[in-house]
Amino acid sequence: MIPGYITTNAPALLIAVPLLGAFLSPLIGKISRDARALWVLAVMTLTALIGYFVAFLVYTEGTLLYVFGATNATLAVPPDSGGIPIRIIFTLDAMSALMVTIAVTVGFAVILYSLTSDARRSGLEAYYTIFLLMIGAILGMVSTGDLFNFFVFLEISSLASAGLVAYKVEKGRAVEAGLKYLLVSTIGGIFFLFAIGILYGQYNALNMAMLADMIQWTPLDKLALVLVVAALAAKCGAVPMHFWTPDAYSMAPSAVTAMLVVASQASLYGLFRICFTLYGITLNYVTIGWVIIILGILSMIIGVTMAIPQKDIKRLMAYHAVSQTGYMLLGVGVGLAVLGDQALLNSYGMTAMEGGIFHIFNHAMYKGLLFLTAGAIIYQVGTSDLNRMGGLGHRMKWTMIFFIIGALAIAGIPPFNGFASKFLIYESVFAFSPLLSIIAMVVSILTLASFVKVFHSVFMGPPLPGNEQVREAPRTMLIGMTILAAIVIISGIFPEFFVQNLITPAAHALTDQAGYISAVLGGA
Amino acid sequence: MFWNLPYIAVVLLSVIGLATILLKRNLIKIFLGVSILTSAVNLFIIALGYREGGIAPIYTYAVSENMVMATPQALTLTSIVIGVATIALMLSFAVIIYKTYGTVNVDEIKELKE
Repeated sequence: MIPGYITTNAPALLIAVPLLGAFLSPLIGKISRDARALWVLAVMTLTALIGYFVAFLVYTEGTLLYVFGATNATLAVPPDSGGIPIRIIFTLDAMSALMVTIAVTVGFAVILYSLTSDARRSGLEAYYTIFLLMIGAILGMVSTGDLFNFFVFLEISSLASAGLVAYKVEKGRAVEAGLKYLLVSTIGGIFFLFAIGILYGQYNALNMAMLADMIQWTPLDKLALVLVVAALAAKCGAVPMHFWTPDAYSMAPSAVTAMLVVASQASLYGLFRICFTLYGITLNYVTIGWVIIILGILSMIIGVTMAIPQKDIKRLMAYHAVSQTGYMLLGVGVGLAVLGDQALLNSYGMTAMEGGIFHIFNHAMYKGLLFLTAGAIIYQVGTSDLNRMGGLGHRMKWTMIFFIIGALAIAGIPPFNGFASKFLIYESVFAFSPLLSIIAMVVSILTLASFVKVFHSVFMGPPLPGNEQVREAPRTMLIGMTILAAIVIISGIFPEFFVQNLITPAAHALTDQAGYISAVLGGA
Repeated sequence: MFWNLPYIAVVLLSVIGLATILLKRNLIKIFLGVSILTSAVNLFIIALGYREGGIAPIYTYAVSENMVMATPQALTLTSIVIGVATIALMLSFAVIIYKTYGTVNVDEIKELKE
């Protein structure tokens, strides 16, 4: 049904389509605004289809290789190269496929939403170019198997995201937020490049599988790991490098904020990929695991306590994003802390990792949904101050329903998807250390308290003066939210289906270092 | 000792760059620090790629065993390009910040703090 050359080249098309589409969109925009909107939507639809197709291939046929510039797309180590994979190689295993799925799903919903929500702005020709560039960079980050290539995509995503955060230049504050984000990401990127240099100097390789095969855990490797963890933890917004998150998330247009969540998660993916696949059990997994657990716990507590007093709806949600990132770090950190002990790994380590990874998926959906509802409210009311909203429930019924779905999911209330992943985390982390599990539950309760407050002040009560004429959000915005809300509900009602088919393969792909190496280097 | 000179320079440049970023209050000076830090990394990678007696891989008739793989140079070129893009974006942000706030001192740009 699908021609062979598309199947073979699908991983390359996954990056090529959004990048080419991005740079053609200003030209198409010369024709008319509608032509540009159609073009952007078409490019995103095509990217999403390729993304699902690639993910389907990975889940059915195992790890997918794509070697750029080689005569044979799956020939990672040519016979004349002396056993070194010299080309840029995309390596998509189940974990990458999961991240691709998340990125294209949220990307599609967000583009659909943004076609209306941002239509009133100026400078749209650049906006969609950067937006598609950012989506392409995220897809590149999660599919590459080459460290330097990862760095390049990391920088593209930083530059594109910073440009989009500062998009509302007429407000100096947006530029301030964009600059903060850019500075943190750039310094993080420089650290990352230092780490690449250190690893390359020792092992003469940039390919992750090749490095994983040779890595020794020398003092220099430890230094490289510290630099990488610092850089990527800053990029994913974990405490104590979280200070850019509320600024950037609250100042960006809402559609961008939903995508920024996915960009942060791509950094989180990089962190896990490097800890598990590159270092594997050679690293001191108990210590590193605990470092990640402590980062997670701190993010959870500080994120939620900072969220409670906020008065700006998006700033509040941004602090919750920090707090939810903590759950993912906690789940996967517990898995890392017992990585070398097969018995413990089987009894609760894998469950904890599945919980953490499932939470990545769920968080992208419900947090994206919440930011989109916040955007719809701001779009209609014209302010992001919680004290000046009120009584919107009568006017914006659908937005209110979507907000309730997102808020209950983030607080971990059944039957929404946040409950499914949080339950996996509570259960397995309790076996590891009961205290951590209790902290996670308390944070969840505080999250619920905070969202009850938001719900009350935004939707309940009589309409405030000036809000009588507020109407429901436009239809395309509602469709974008519906997609995400449907996924939140479906993955909350049938979590086993998602866990068995998407999450468990991803968790196994992360722990199976030997499988990753042999997929690239052959038999070994 | 002599062969370690580039690495000593890398350490000095990184310290100068980081200190500039952390201690200076003027945005333009912070960007200078970022630029110095980028140069330190570029120098680091280039220094790693040096092989004594190696031949640049542009001569067709050289002994192929002595040719040097050009990966570090390629990495550095890419990194320079990324650095230029980053600094350009940062400076354009600084222009807008100066227009809005009338200052580039980070102590006076704090509308987002609360």
